[in-house]
Amino acid sequence: MAADDETLTAPYLLTYDYRRSCGPVIGRFLAGLRAGRIEGVRTAGGRVIVPPVEYDPDNGEPTGDFVAVSSTGTVVSWAWVVEPRPNHPLARPFAWALIKLDGADTAMLHAVDAGRPSRIKTGARVKARFAAERSGHIRDLACFELEDA
Amino acid sequence: MSARREVAIVSYAQTSFAPHTKLNDAELVMEAVTAALERAQLPRKQIGFCVSGSSDYLTGMPFSFVGALDAVGAWPPIQESHVEMDGAWALYEAWVRLLHGDIDTALVYAFGRSSLGDLQDVLVAQLDPYYLAPLGVDPNSLAALQARALLDTGRASERDFAEVATRCKRTAGGAPLDAPYVVSPLRAHDCPPVNDGAAAIVLAAGDRARALCKRPAWIRGIDHRIEAHSLGARDLTRSSSTTLAAVEAGVHTAPIEIAELHAPYSHQELIVKEALQLGDGVRINPSGGALAANPLMVAGLARIGEAAQQILDDNARRTLGHATSGPCLQQNLVCVMEASS
Amino acid sequence: MSDGGADDKIEIVKGFIAPVRLRYTVNAGRASSRFLRGLTEGRILGQRCPVCHKVNVPPRGACPTCGVPTEEDVQLGEVGTVTTFCIININFDAKARELPYAAASIVLDGADTTLFHLIQEVPVAKVRMGMRVRAVWAAERGPSLESIDHFKPAGEPDAPYDSYKDHL
Ligand SMILES: [Zn+2]
Repeated sequence: MAADDETLTAPYLLTYDYRRSCGPVIGRFLAGLRAGRIEGVRTAGGRVIVPPVEYDPDNGEPTGDFVAVSSTGTVVSWAWVVEPRPNHPLARPFAWALIKLDGADTAMLHAVDAGRPSRIKTGARVKARFAAERSGHIRDLACFELEDA
Repeated sequence: MSARREVAIVSYAQTSFAPHTKLNDAELVMEAVTAALERAQLPRKQIGFCVSGSSDYLTGMPFSFVGALDAVGAWPPIQESHVEMDGAWALYEAWVRLLHGDIDTALVYAFGRSSLGDLQDVLVAQLDPYYLAPLGVDPNSLAALQARALLDTGRASERDFAEVATRCKRTAGGAPLDAPYVVSPLRAHDCPPVNDGAAAIVLAAGDRARALCKRPAWIRGIDHRIEAHSLGARDLTRSSSTTLAAVEAGVHTAPIEIAELHAPYSHQELIVKEALQLGDGVRINPSGGALAANPLMVAGLARIGEAAQQILDDNARRTLGHATSGPCLQQNLVCVMEASS
Repeated sequence: MSDGGADDKIEIVKGFIAPVRLRYTVNAGRASSRFLRGLTEGRILGQRCPVCHKVNVPPRGACPTCGVPTEEDVQLGEVGTVTTFCIININFDAKARELPYAAASIVLDGADTTLFHLIQEVPVAKVRMGMRVRAVWAAERGPSLESIDHFKPAGEPDAPYDSYKDHL
C-alpha cells in the first residue's frame, strides 16, 4: 500500500477467465476461420451478414443459411492507431477498419497492417491474412493487409 | 388513456468532476446526495424510491452499488433499484416508478471513479465478447472509426470537430489542427478527459414538486432507444435512436432553448445535434458537456441535471437533456423539461 | 442443428476462454484509510454516527442506517462477543489454516456493528454464540485486517443472549 496524507491506495489486478460458449452460429463462423475461410449468414430479406449473428439486427428474425464470402473486401471506415496497446492484434502502428467483404452486406471490424497511414483510405481494397496457428477464434484472422501490397 | 402524472426535477447537485478523487464510493455519493436533498429540503426518510446508476467494472469491485447505499441510509428497508448504466437510465426508471402514483418523491444518483483503472482497457469489456473484445479495440479507436465515417460523408471536417472541442473545453490555445492524432482522425482535444464524480437528482410528482420547489423542471417527455450492437450493421454517422427518442419525447412540439448533449467525443456532438434537428438558435452545452468533464456513468445524468438547473435557475423555459451509452452512440436517451406554464 | 449437406463435416467451435485482465489502483477513501492506519498502529477504530450514535466498524464514512457522514473516530476494545459463527472444512485461502476452523461474526465492546474474523486457540466444537473473544495481533502489522491474526477465547463468562441479540 502506498500512502499519501489522507487515503491509502493499493494495486489491484482483476482477472476472470470466462468460458464463452459460442452457439451454432458463432461457433460455425469460428470453425470456418479455423479452416481458413470466412462465412456470413443470410437473412430472410436476402442480406448477408458478416460476421454472422443469430438474429437479423433489422427485425429480430432468425437468420438462415451460411454463405461463403470472399476474404477480400473494401474499407468503409478506418482509424489509425499511432501507439498500439498490448492487447491489440498488431504491435506496430496499424489501422482499425470496418471492412465490407465481397459478398457481404455489413462491415466487420478488424486491424489492417497498412504500414503507414497514407497507404490506407476509405475504399481501399484489403484481404485477410490468416494466422499460421488457428484455434477457432476471431484472432485466427491475424489481420487484413492491402490487396496491392 | 388517462392524463399522465406530472413529474419534475426539483433539485440537482454534483460533486466536482476531478481527474481523481480520494473518496470511496459512499463518501463520493454522500456529497452529491446530501447536497441535492438539502436543496430540495427533503429528509432522507421521506424519499419514496431510490435508484442509482454505476458500473462495477470502473473500480473492479463487484456489487459496488450496494456499498454506495450507505450514503442513503437503507434502514428501515427502502425501495431501491440500480442500473448498470449511466444514471440517466436510472432517472428514467424513477420517472416510470413515480407514474405508478403511490409515491411522490424519488432520489436518483450516479457515481463513477474512472481514475482507478485504465478506461481504454475497462471499456473493452462492454463490447461483443466474440468478435470485438478479443481484438482489444478501445473506445478511442471505435470513436475514431465513427469520426472517419462522418468525415467521409462530407458533412463535417476536422475543423468542425476542433470548434466543438474549443467551445466545450475552453482550453487556452484552443484545439489546434496541427496537434498530433491520438487515433486518427481524433486528436486529444476531440477525446473526453478521465474524471471521477457523482451526481444526484430529486424528482417529485404533482403538488409535492410544487411544494418542494419554486420553479420545478417538469419532465414533458422522456424516451430512450437502442440500436444494433454490431457496429458494421449501423450507419455510424447517423444517430437514429436519438432521432426516434427525440420524437417520442416531444422535442419538436416547441422550441428548445438550451440543450445539454452527452457527446464524449467532439464529432458525436455534431451527430447528436443533427439527429435532434436542433436549430441554430439553441444553446448547446453551456456546461461544457462531456468533453469538459466525463465521469463515466454520471455524465449523462449530469446533462439532464444541468439542463434542469437552467429551468430551476430561471435561465430558460424549455430545455433538453441527452444521454448516451455504449460504443459509438449505441443507446440514446432524450429528456425534455419545461417550466410551469 | 443441421448444417445440411457437405457442411455436416464441420465441427462447430463450442467455446473458448476469454480472459479479462484489468489493473486498478484502488483507493480506500477517507474512513477506511483511517481504520487501516489504526490497524497498523494496533488500534481498532470505529466511527460514531451523529444521528443514531451507533458505532460502525469497519467504518465507511457514512452511517448505513441513517445515511449521514460519520466523522467521530472511536477506539474500540480488543474484546468482543461471538454473535454467530460457521465451521470451515475446506481451505480456499492461500494462507492455509489448520482445518477445520471457525469464522465468526464478532461485536466488539463499544461497537454496534459486527466484524468478521477467525477464531483460533480453541477446538471448533467449543466455539459458541455469546463466547467472549480477544483479538490476537499479528507479529507484523500493516494496513489490513490481517493485522489481527485471529481472535481467541478471552477467558470470560459468556455474554447473555440479550446483550448481542440485536447484532445477529
Ligand atoms: Zn446512524
